[in-house]
Amino acid sequence: MARFIVRRLLGMIAVLFAISVIVFLIFNVIPNSDPAARIAGKNADPALIARVSADLGLDKPLPIQYLTMMKQIFTGQLMSYAKDRNVVQQIWDGIPATFSLCIGAAVIWMALAVLFGYLSAMHAGKFTDRALTILSLVGISMPVFWLAAILLYFLTFKIQLFPTGSYVPLTEDPVGWASHLILPWFTLAVLFVGFYSRMLRSNMLDAMNEDYVRTARAKGLSERQVRIRHVLRNSMIPIVTLFGLDFGQVVGGGAILTETVYNLNGVGLYAGEAIRSLDLPPLIGVTLFGAFFIVLFNTIVDFAYAVLDPRIRLGEAAPA
Amino acid sequence: MTEAILTVDDLKVSFATEDGVVQAVGGVSFELRAGEVLAIVGESGSGKSVTAQTITGLTRASNARITGSVSYRGRELNGLEDDQLRGVRGEQIAMVFQDPMSSLNPVYRVGDQIIEMIRAHRDVSKHEAADRAVELLRSVGIPNPERRVRHYPHEFSGGMRQRVMIAMALALEPDVLIADEPTTALDVTVQAQILRLLDDLNRERDLAIVLITHDLGVVAEIADRVLVMYAGQIVENATLDETFYDPQHPYTWGLLGSLMRLDQTRGARLAQIPGQPPSLLAPPQGCRFAPRCPHKFDKCDELPPLQARVGGEHLDRCWLDPEEKKSRRAQVIP
Amino acid sequence: MVATVGEMEAPGEPPLPAGVPKSQIQGRSPWYLAWLRLRRNKVALFCAGVFVLIVLFCLAAPLWAEHVAHTGPNENHITEKVLIDGQPTNVVGPDGTPIGPGLHGQYLLGADQNGRDVMVRLMYGGRTSIYIGLAAAAVTTVLSVIVALLAGYYRGWIDSVLSRIMDVIWAFPVLLLGIALGTALAVGGLKIGPLAIAGDSIWIPIMIIGFVYVPYMARPIRGEILALREKEFIEAAVAQGKGPLRIMFSELLPNIISTIIVFFTLNIANNMLLESALSFLGAGVRPPNASWGTMIADGYEMIYTAPHLTIVPGLMIIATVLSLNVFGDGLRDALDPRAKIRLEH
Repeated sequence: MARFIVRRLLGMIAVLFAISVIVFLIFNVIPNSDPAARIAGKNADPALIARVSADLGLDKPLPIQYLTMMKQIFTGQLMSYAKDRNVVQQIWDGIPATFSLCIGAAVIWMALAVLFGYLSAMHAGKFTDRALTILSLVGISMPVFWLAAILLYFLTFKIQLFPTGSYVPLTEDPVGWASHLILPWFTLAVLFVGFYSRMLRSNMLDAMNEDYVRTARAKGLSERQVRIRHVLRNSMIPIVTLFGLDFGQVVGGGAILTETVYNLNGVGLYAGEAIRSLDLPPLIGVTLFGAFFIVLFNTIVDFAYAVLDPRIRLGEAAPA
Repeated sequence: MTEAILTVDDLKVSFATEDGVVQAVGGVSFELRAGEVLAIVGESGSGKSVTAQTITGLTRASNARITGSVSYRGRELNGLEDDQLRGVRGEQIAMVFQDPMSSLNPVYRVGDQIIEMIRAHRDVSKHEAADRAVELLRSVGIPNPERRVRHYPHEFSGGMRQRVMIAMALALEPDVLIADEPTTALDVTVQAQILRLLDDLNRERDLAIVLITHDLGVVAEIADRVLVMYAGQIVENATLDETFYDPQHPYTWGLLGSLMRLDQTRGARLAQIPGQPPSLLAPPQGCRFAPRCPHKFDKCDELPPLQARVGGEHLDRCWLDPEEKKSRRAQVIP
Repeated sequence: MVATVGEMEAPGEPPLPAGVPKSQIQGRSPWYLAWLRLRRNKVALFCAGVFVLIVLFCLAAPLWAEHVAHTGPNENHITEKVLIDGQPTNVVGPDGTPIGPGLHGQYLLGADQNGRDVMVRLMYGGRTSIYIGLAAAAVTTVLSVIVALLAGYYRGWIDSVLSRIMDVIWAFPVLLLGIALGTALAVGGLKIGPLAIAGDSIWIPIMIIGFVYVPYMARPIRGEILALREKEFIEAAVAQGKGPLRIMFSELLPNIISTIIVFFTLNIANNMLLESALSFLGAGVRPPNASWGTMIADGYEMIYTAPHLTIVPGLMIIATVLSLNVFGDGLRDALDPRAKIRLEH
């Protein structure tokens, strides 16, 4: 077991390393322009560009630049090229908003997905199922940021049902925290509810035809017991594992759009700003932050799989 | 004569499919007596599994139509709501299926699955149910039951798994056990063990068993009575001895004739029944075996009823005169 | 005892099931059966029709631009006036509010804050968005299939290396990767050896989106290939002396085609959503070119005064993506040989 953990940790580190190199290369090698020139701005004369270059260490060989940047990240000293903010600090400050958004949305989307998926499967082919399926399909066909904009317009402007303004910390004002997050939660959840409820429906319908469900009925269990203890329980395994992966992606960067539209100062918003200004250090920081969570959740999911499915946990044991 | 505890009368089951309506079971009638082992024999598609599963209402689906009567101890089961059938399932009539690996839920411990069944019908504590589960595993011959009760299905071998299924089926001491091809997925040696177990259970507990199989060897081991099914109908209904020594239906002859025998002459060909079973989408109007039967004559265009033509309770579905049958049979079965 | 092989009779033709004339026996290939099932799915066919209509609509852009609206997608008319119901009106009012939708040939859906005809932009934007969606799906599919075939067939170290690469790409937050590549490449374009793509070429977003989704398609296909590889017909092919490439293309590939088709269709939908997100954030299609994503970005600035600028392109995206999703689902059901049709009896 310990060996398994160590191996996974090493794998994580390897992946993160690869990602940091890739991001670094993307911004330093691919563009056909000099980062210093970009930062120095238009109308800069060569002398200014050279000074900016030296100032930011951009005249050193690439590997040195990379190492310096990595060192700065780990010591928490990485400064953005615009030189006014500490990257690590900014990311840290953005975490409460991002986590509030992601965790809240995740709870909502899982709860609704299980409910809708279960109802859909149980009433397959009938009106409930068709209606829920249409809703789900529309949900997964909507651009998230568009939905956010529309909700903002209709529910905070046309009808002042929800407040505008940005993130309110939980510790300051729980009610305010929630009321500002309801629309973002819902927006982020819509896409996933659609996808997951359909997946659960499909899994449950397949499970209904399994032999062990027939056995459960033959044992004289009530239909409800059969559905929940056998059909639902077994159908949830792939859902839970997929959830882990998606949650990692959402925290990692999927929330950018929602945070941007709703003006929640989380890590995603910070990433958006960094991109617009082509600011490399924050970008690397944010990307590593995101990748870390994705890889972390990948690993958690692998463990979860073992917990949920004893066949994986124990392997195919020798017959008695 | 012991009373019949299960009576099936003119049971018909059909399914609507993409290609049309499949008449899986076309009018099946028989009785099961207390403590009797009744074997239902037939090839794939003969309707034997569907018949068995329909008894406890497991074939209900939106595309299925079931007519006829299934009565257990005088109580009509066909047409009952699922809720009402619950009391019968497991407690009075228990089932064991063909593939124990897929018939047990892979994510629950074996003991938990047995406990679940017990507590669905009896008001006992988890502890009591757990003890009972251990006893049950012991009674079907699983060594070390206290430990094995906490194992998962995939940690057992095929034969052991089937014993677990049987243990689970017996948890509430039912009167009837329906075993749908219980040994088909097992090795021959394990097969013998399971059959012996079923035989012991039948004798010790007076447990009536309906044994579905396609293997006449299995039938010979433990059956008291044999139903031969073909194309959704019963073609012969007789005791074990009558079936093997005085079979009345050409299909039964074909089945027996195709068995390998120790006293066969060297170099003799293994007999086959030429042809295929009819499509159940549009079964033939007359005798359903006629298209493949070498002994058919013009009366066979009319469906023969299942009747006792040689006396007693030996029923068959063939127009041939019993005297005629004897000579023809000798050609098929040496 | 048992019959020896030499004396076995050759099997004769089995009799037909009772009552079925020989002429009615017709072989039915899985494709034909799938087509029959698809034909029965009215909803899926309807959505396919919707998608086709949308494509035609967008293809008609030049016609509309020339004959009805008399303007191009990128032409500004900020300071102009136009005749509405006989009244000359400012295309963009003094407070910055552009004219709204109405029943007139020019500016049927109104104008945006730069005085551009929304309808014309919608149609041209659709061409861009759909084209990107399709092209990127082609890129993803080709790359994924190659990766999956190589990894699944050869296994061993080739599989390890390819899977690791897929893992790294997968670990990248999709949006961030797309944005990073999008902004970086937008500046100077892409130069790989002789291949040079300009920074504002439409192929930049196409390559990026195509690339980003490769792990999502390659992994499941690789899984299928791994499973297929164990089957006897592959062993038979190897025993016959077929080389790896032939096995990959004539044995493995045909068996995964139905999966590929379904993934391809659904991938187009995902690509369009990703393109709109990237364009919204400024990392996709470059202004002043129109795509439905850039239109939403532009419209967002005016959301409180001219909401239709945001609503309309979004609805188009939803309609297109939804029809693709429903049709893709229908395809999946039709091609799945285990699909059960539930009938009442």
